[in-house]
Amino acid sequence: MAKKKPIKDAAESGVTRRGFLGSVGAGAAAVAAGVSTRAEAIPEITDPEEMVQIALTVNGRLHRLLVEPRWTLLFVLRERLGITGTKAGCERGECGSCSVLIDDLPRYACLTLALEAEGTEITTIEGLLDGEELGDVQRAFAEHDAFQCGYCTPGQIVAAEGLLRANPAPTDHEIRHGMSGNLCRCGTYQHIVNAVTHAADGRRKGGGS
Amino acid sequence: MTDRHDYHVNGPLPETPDNDATAGAWPKTTVIGSRRSRVDAYERVSGTAVYPHDVSLPGMLHGAILRCPHAHAKVLSIDTTAAEKMAGVHAVITRATPGTDIPWYERGGTFSSTLFDATCRYAGEEVAAVAAETPLQAADAVRAIEVTYEVLPFVIDDAEALAPGAPAVHDGGNMVGEPRLRERGDLAAGFGEADAVVERTYRTECQIHAPMEPHGSVARWDGNRLTVWDSTQGVFPVQETLARVFALPMSNIRVIGHYMGGGFGAKLETGKYTVMAAIMARMTARPVKIFLPREDCFTATGNRPANTMTIKIGARSDGTLTAIDYHSLGAAGAYAYGADTSSLAVYLYRCPNLRAEDVTVYTNAGKARPMRAPGFPQGAWALEQAMNELAAKVGIDPIAFRLQNLATELQSDPPMPYTSYQLAACLENGAAAFGWQEAAERRVTEGDIRRGVGAAACFWGYAGGPPSTVVVKLFADGSANLNLGASDIGTGTKTWAAMIVAEELGVPVDRIQVENADTATGQYATPSGGSKTVPSDSPAVLAAAAAVKRQLLGFAAEQLEVEPGDLEIRDGEVVSRSDGEKHLAVTAVEMLGRRGLIMGTGYRDPNPEGSVTFPCAAQFCEVEVDTRTGEIRILRFLGAHDSGRVLNRLTFDNQVFGGMAMGIGLGVTEERVLDRRTGRMVNANFHDYKVPTILDVADSHACLAIDVPDEAFNSTGTKGLGEPATIPTAAAIANAVADALGIRVTAAPLTPRAILEAVGSQGKEA
Repeated sequence: MAKKKPIKDAAESGVTRRGFLGSVGAGAAAVAAGVSTRAEAIPEITDPEEMVQIALTVNGRLHRLLVEPRWTLLFVLRERLGITGTKAGCERGECGSCSVLIDDLPRYACLTLALEAEGTEITTIEGLLDGEELGDVQRAFAEHDAFQCGYCTPGQIVAAEGLLRANPAPTDHEIRHGMSGNLCRCGTYQHIVNAVTHAADGRRKGGGS
Repeated sequence: MTDRHDYHVNGPLPETPDNDATAGAWPKTTVIGSRRSRVDAYERVSGTAVYPHDVSLPGMLHGAILRCPHAHAKVLSIDTTAAEKMAGVHAVITRATPGTDIPWYERGGTFSSTLFDATCRYAGEEVAAVAAETPLQAADAVRAIEVTYEVLPFVIDDAEALAPGAPAVHDGGNMVGEPRLRERGDLAAGFGEADAVVERTYRTECQIHAPMEPHGSVARWDGNRLTVWDSTQGVFPVQETLARVFALPMSNIRVIGHYMGGGFGAKLETGKYTVMAAIMARMTARPVKIFLPREDCFTATGNRPANTMTIKIGARSDGTLTAIDYHSLGAAGAYAYGADTSSLAVYLYRCPNLRAEDVTVYTNAGKARPMRAPGFPQGAWALEQAMNELAAKVGIDPIAFRLQNLATELQSDPPMPYTSYQLAACLENGAAAFGWQEAAERRVTEGDIRRGVGAAACFWGYAGGPPSTVVVKLFADGSANLNLGASDIGTGTKTWAAMIVAEELGVPVDRIQVENADTATGQYATPSGGSKTVPSDSPAVLAAAAAVKRQLLGFAAEQLEVEPGDLEIRDGEVVSRSDGEKHLAVTAVEMLGRRGLIMGTGYRDPNPEGSVTFPCAAQFCEVEVDTRTGEIRILRFLGAHDSGRVLNRLTFDNQVFGGMAMGIGLGVTEERVLDRRTGRMVNANFHDYKVPTILDVADSHACLAIDVPDEAFNSTGTKGLGEPATIPTAAAIANAVADALGIRVTAAPLTPRAILEAVGSQGKEA
């Protein structure tokens, strides 16, 4: 039971943690295809510390910065842009704490090079706020106590947001598969299901953002 | 330099005479017991909460640690020349660096070790550390350090560690102290009386805490003052340890832990990484941040040890237990915390004849640390499976069999009463709420998909106590500030504390500011562990609120010209009970306005003498087992929990479900795998070490709160919850799987492979 089938269409409802690494075939290709890359444009790098200039659109704001080609999007968000809502949990694509939306799809920022993310719309947990107001998924997580220590929570909420953007009326089964790429060691999964269900209901009734 | 780990103190305490014995005797509650979202929910869901891992300071360097790749080796030489010359590197420290010869793990008379020890006793032990401008530069530099090791023979298996000629983890053999032996009655006579006896050996594997926030700290010096942001379960022991390490007064050390991303016991000790960050910060005059890579969190920050437990248990044909013989062996790794598991066997059921022995051995592996109810889930795995097997043998329903044999007092010599112990209600009401009989009738024991039900019971052998100090301040506008020392490790500490103040003072929860977990600005609390934060600290919160209330009512009584005892606070007003005409808004109490605020201090009273307090629980589950794939699907789980008075029903449920998730990990998915040839952990990552996902927990989780205040224990009537929530889970699953398959799998985790092997052997055994 530990290993469930990867979701059939990663582009529709995001990445499952184990599905991602478990299916180095069509699934992984779909994941790669989901991120528009500028691989052709990257010059050959000989020194890993040689900097490349890129522009990243994060939460609607354009940032121009110099990056090492090996820097992940997670590193650039947290350490260069100071956007620390996105958490570092494993830095190898296994826990989901660093989930961000890239063009509306949940992605692991630790497995995405900053270079790759150029030209995309990146949304972090902070981007789901409306000024100081919580977004509807954030509100649902707060009201349903869908967290304990809260460390995985930004990633969980971003994953839920991505799921609802792709599938506004998910079934319980689809919610569980959509959220299965994000670990919560505190084990708040029951409350996460409650929160996502509630957020989906609210959005269908027109109350969402 | 390990911490002084005092969860609570015995003996006299200088309690304040202000503690109000009548506080908390609420005739009815409006806030306490309700479902409240957390006072820090906004910060946690918006991304604005600053966890230690998020702390970034001007000029901050990033640290990385070099670890020994061998399970057992002597460090012969370390060459840091290349690393020191690398771009961005500011400091490299090893055992040769002055100031690093800091005593660390020791066991009186047996062995002592240092921060960077000359001998590495497990694969993952610290050898050197680097601070550099970026994390990648630090990691690069660590790889450039050249170490010559003399590789030594090692032992990683618990049974092999005791064999003659086994490699010695420490001088003086591999036994950790003396075996713990507990006996009562006459074992042989007890088995002589038994009409039915079962005997089996059970096994649980090593489980890793794996909190989502990695272990780590940020250290900054200002002259000889040190500030540390630490992902810890308790800031005060870290402060004390750092003060000793650097020979500074505690007032020079400030440890801040406002937020932390989970611990489960692994963050109850001061990390070597914290000290290394502080040493390198001092050398470089720059703040240093060390957060461990996930792999190191798996290998080097502690675990629940693997245990092998043999239990022989007998009963008369009428179902009365007559004898229990229990033996446990645990591998505690290189620096033992302990691996005892026998407490449930000793105390859960009434049994006059008992022998229980716990043996713990050193192995060349990552160290055992307290993990969510240390020893108890393992003990439940053995005892509660054996109880089911014995119940079947004497032909009694497993719930009824447990109820018949429940111990109602502590079987010590002499016996001690429990203050409040609602385990019978947990079993009876829990079975009713779960629909035990109906579920049992749905049992499917043939075909590809089998279905079964299982239950298990437990207590948790700790309930906290003093010391704890809390301060509550009432501002002139009727809002309040609450200051407590305890870390909120995800358990909702800040929220229930605010709810107590709201209940006692009538201040709405959203008008209470909560400060916590800061050694410089906070009150004192012991670390958050042992399921004791609520029962240890909530009485102090209540006493502080009551102290404010007493002063406020005193001032109001003068103004209204009534006796203070005639006054109560209702909806923001001070009201006379006897004369409804006499009332006053809290904000209209003149002395409050003149003074600016009213401050109350509360202390935790000593525990009552001559009694013992345990939270307890029973959990029930229904599972499907696919005999073709070996997969277990957990259809539903119900936890019936007696933790005394429920403070916040929403977070109470959440704790229960979270405990179950961790228990599902122990029972079904999680297992540290060590390579027998190298002694290294081969699954030190979240892909191969399977923390349960949302697809692995039950399709639905339910919680039944027994909610009987334990008024004999403390002023809030509370006991703990976090640990009992995970104790019976794995055993309940095992019982359900055995119910479905008609065969018992004795070794955790119940992986598809283990299930298929059991199913495959079924025909042969019959």
